[in-house]
Amino acid sequence: MIQISHVSKNYGSFDVLKDCSTTVSKGEVIVVCGPSGSGKSTLIKCVNGLEPFQSGEIIVNGTSVGDPKTNLSKLRAHVGMVFQNFELFPHMSITQNLAIAQVKVLGRQQDEAIDKGLKLLDRVGLKAHAHKFPGQLSGGQQQRVAIARALAMDPICMLFDEPTSALDPEMVNEVLDVMTELAQEGMTMMCVTHEMGFARRVANRVIFMDHGRIVEDDEKEAFFANPRSERAQQFLAKILHH
Amino acid sequence: MVYEFDWSSIPGALPILWDGMAVSLEITLIAIVVGIVWGTLLAMMRLSSIKPLSLFAAGYVNLFRAIPLVMVLLWFFLIVPRFIADLFGLPPNTDLRLASAMIGFALFESAYYSEIIRAGIQSVPKGQMAACQALGMTYGQAMRLVILPQAFRNMVPLLLTQAIILFQDTSLVYVSALADFFGAAYKVGDRDGRLVELLLFAGLVYFVLCFAASMLVKHLQKKYQPA
Repeated sequence: MIQISHVSKNYGSFDVLKDCSTTVSKGEVIVVCGPSGSGKSTLIKCVNGLEPFQSGEIIVNGTSVGDPKTNLSKLRAHVGMVFQNFELFPHMSITQNLAIAQVKVLGRQQDEAIDKGLKLLDRVGLKAHAHKFPGQLSGGQQQRVAIARALAMDPICMLFDEPTSALDPEMVNEVLDVMTELAQEGMTMMCVTHEMGFARRVANRVIFMDHGRIVEDDEKEAFFANPRSERAQQFLAKILHH
Repeated sequence: MVYEFDWSSIPGALPILWDGMAVSLEITLIAIVVGIVWGTLLAMMRLSSIKPLSLFAAGYVNLFRAIPLVMVLLWFFLIVPRFIADLFGLPPNTDLRLASAMIGFALFESAYYSEIIRAGIQSVPKGQMAACQALGMTYGQAMRLVILPQAFRNMVPLLLTQAIILFQDTSLVYVSALADFFGAAYKVGDRDGRLVELLLFAGLVYFVLCFAASMLVKHLQKKYQPA
């Protein structure tokens, strides 16, 4: 589904990503973690071409992301992404937020798009809020809407960029529950997150990054039981032991 | 000797003054509409990653912002009418003063509007564009559907304030002997020997209109304060 091979990216002399390679198969859930500044968000944004990269190759569902001939808009329409700060459109109602890209990008009819949007809104437990505006919802609710908005495009895979980092602690679980459900239904997911409970529950593999490199890329059990690198051991010790 | 005011020539001059006001408002309106449309394009060019476009927009804005308006109007009064007449094959005595004043104003004000609009676009968080792109929207769709609507909402007070300034600036078209409100008042005063009264009256009208409009802007600003 997603093949990342030897991807490097730099800002001038600063290397953000160094020779990163991994693959995500259909139906797999991959958690990407690591200290801040390790390049994990940049890596996930390279997957749908939001961040350009200088060398290497990323293939998503047979399409090369870095190829200048690729129609990125077309590719992105089928790769869902959820952002740290939700990024709902504040000047549109929740219903409009869910429908707009379906209508403008996929060319669906307005009623069909609204129908689909409302079904997904119901699925994330927010049907009653359809007519509201993003500013009237809590962070956790906004993030659930953002997930529904991405799902409305019938994505072939979903990218999550720290979906719970901007949330109050008591709202983290409502978002993780939606993500867990998605994972169990077989959605292909790549999640940048520090939620190790989520990783333990649903991830197939865990990727650990540090200084722009993929340091570990292991089955979940192996990663948590016995991380090979010292850096990952330190990281886990810090975030798990309190 | 104390100056004796005589306001008697004003009531009879009201139709002329009204016509003048219509000209002023017409120029203001055209300049606002063209200024916002062209200003938006300029702002997008300036923010564009395509170097020639952003250089052109920066040059345009800096040029017009560094020249007095009155000079631009004079150029347009002296040069543009001939140019337009040639272009459309109009007889040389066609009165193009209004058209050239409008063009001059619109092009000049676009420079100011584009700076306001640029700030408005930049006030929208970057993540909004990323979210649009992630949903498969093109740059144009993202701008039209998501970025610009939010940008305009943020900048309504500034745009209105600029419109008030623009309305006052229309009085400068008197250099082209065009009978806008100020020009009409001046002509009537000159004709009747009552320049002082007419100019005071014109000043009062400008003050009342602009002050009322700026109060309205303040009111709107309070009502629609971004959260």
